[in-house]
Amino acid sequence: MEVPINRSRFEVLLTGTSSDSHVWNLAYMHLFIQELGHDVRNLGCCVPDDLLLREAVRLEPDLVVMSTVNGHGLADGARAVRLLRRELLLRDVPIVIGGKLGIAGSDRAKDTQALLAAGFTAVFGDTDIDLLLFEAFLENSVSVRVGN
Amino acid sequence: MTAFGRFVADVRAAGRLVLQPRMGFGDAAHMRRGLAATKTAAPATVGTITLDSYTRLGDHDGARRMLAAGVELNGYPIVAHDAGTTLAMLDGIRDDAFPVQVRHGSPTPDRLFRRLCDLGLTATEGGPVSYCLPYGRTPLRESRRSWERCCRMLADTGESGVEPHLETFGGCMLGQLCPPGLLVAISVLEALFFRRYGLRSVSLSYAQQASPAQDHEALHALRHLGDRFLSGLDWHIVLYAYMGLYPRTRSGAEALLADAAGLAVRGGATRLIVKTTAESARIPTIAENVAALRHAASAAHDAATSVMYDAAVYDAAASVAQNARVVAPPASDTGVLAEATAIVEAVLDLDDDVGKAMERAFRRGYLDIPYCPHPDNAGRTSSYLDHDDRLRWRDTGRLPVAEPRRAAGRHFGTADLLECLTRVRRKYDPIEVST
Repeated sequence: MEVPINRSRFEVLLTGTSSDSHVWNLAYMHLFIQELGHDVRNLGCCVPDDLLLREAVRLEPDLVVMSTVNGHGLADGARAVRLLRRELLLRDVPIVIGGKLGIAGSDRAKDTQALLAAGFTAVFGDTDIDLLLFEAFLENSVSVRVGN
Repeated sequence: MTAFGRFVADVRAAGRLVLQPRMGFGDAAHMRRGLAATKTAAPATVGTITLDSYTRLGDHDGARRMLAAGVELNGYPIVAHDAGTTLAMLDGIRDDAFPVQVRHGSPTPDRLFRRLCDLGLTATEGGPVSYCLPYGRTPLRESRRSWERCCRMLADTGESGVEPHLETFGGCMLGQLCPPGLLVAISVLEALFFRRYGLRSVSLSYAQQASPAQDHEALHALRHLGDRFLSGLDWHIVLYAYMGLYPRTRSGAEALLADAAGLAVRGGATRLIVKTTAESARIPTIAENVAALRHAASAAHDAATSVMYDAAVYDAAASVAQNARVVAPPASDTGVLAEATAIVEAVLDLDDDVGKAMERAFRRGYLDIPYCPHPDNAGRTSSYLDHDDRLRWRDTGRLPVAEPRRAAGRHFGTADLLECLTRVRRKYDPIEVST
């Protein structure tokens, strides 16, 4: 007998970037995504690219969320997402990044454009509005899938 | 040259608090200016060389590339710079009256320690747990083995006549939301690890949290356990000014630092790591660090005067601990010492080698840091900041404590977490800016 799958409950892979040792952003996002009704696998901080790739292939998550606050999100995020996108299994999985992406004075529009070009599905900042946008993005992704 | 521990003991005997910034710049000339400014900022300061994140992660080629490209690093790349550059940078700066400590954050610092020993920079900090779990994914076993080698390497330099010094970062795990009983226990356990691998001069850390009364009790517990477990060693307590979300206003940041200085004096800490008014926004400048050192010196002086006055007038239970400084006893005992003692004793029972005992303790959940996502952390505990600003357990998981708690009742969600993480900032900032 086939086990019914709750298609509105996402498996979310949450990860810090390779050079970022901050954990409180990850603790917060973990709870935030759970509160939206989804399951979270939290890889923690300083996650090397190859480990992220291995876990993403193994878990086949419905969504990958990269959270970073150390200001190196542009370089670390772009490199990681390019690697993930080279894997056939992950070509269509939504992958998003959010947090403090650049250092003070960097051009957010330009950074966002570069991250989208590298392969991210969506890019968020670190304000309350960004959290609302992320929540809307997640709900929208769920309804697109449930509607399939 | 006077050893770090000797310098700190002398300052303490003179009734003063040792003050130290966190400071690291990529450029050697900039670093030298920072140390020189620290040296003259206040009467009893210690210099700091904080290393950059490439060096911490062992990526010395990455640090070299950044230097070559002229990119600003977030600390001093002590391996990427050749030894001659660093010796010249320190020449005429470090001396008997101004020891310099190196601060990093590396779980496996072998290469780094070799360089520090070559440079005669034998005062540093860290630990197999405290520099591993909060900062990444390096397996605890790998970190333990590396720190065993590094402690021995550092201890061997003592044969030259200068006693090396190692500070445990164990009392600062994740900076906030770890209840003090566990912080105190890890601090003591790491100091025992340092002793096991040859160090004879150590310091025990503790990070200021949200409740001055609870922090005072924690410092008392740390001193008590230091007296009990570290006999025969030269040791002192170092307090860190609050490590969580810092107030955004100048007045808020200054008030929080003044409270840290007061806590250090009343609670019997010998050294204070300061924070600046720029802390919430960016890496502070030399001038901001100097201002913080001066502000802390003045607050510490005020606190010492008032403690001496109270002791003289009331002849209270204040005791003269180890030396000239009067230490006020904690107002109440809410069980921090009992909890820390229970954890330390249970962990030590797991193996004759304290390093292996700690490793086993994490596997069993005898040590378990709330909110720490490291793969070797069991993650069964959780904690919160109660209405009275004291840290309490929601769930003690498998910690070997006398009164276990199980998370029950209302879910602890993002709103609760955010409230706890921002409590101190909101308490110290004026209402209109504390959003």
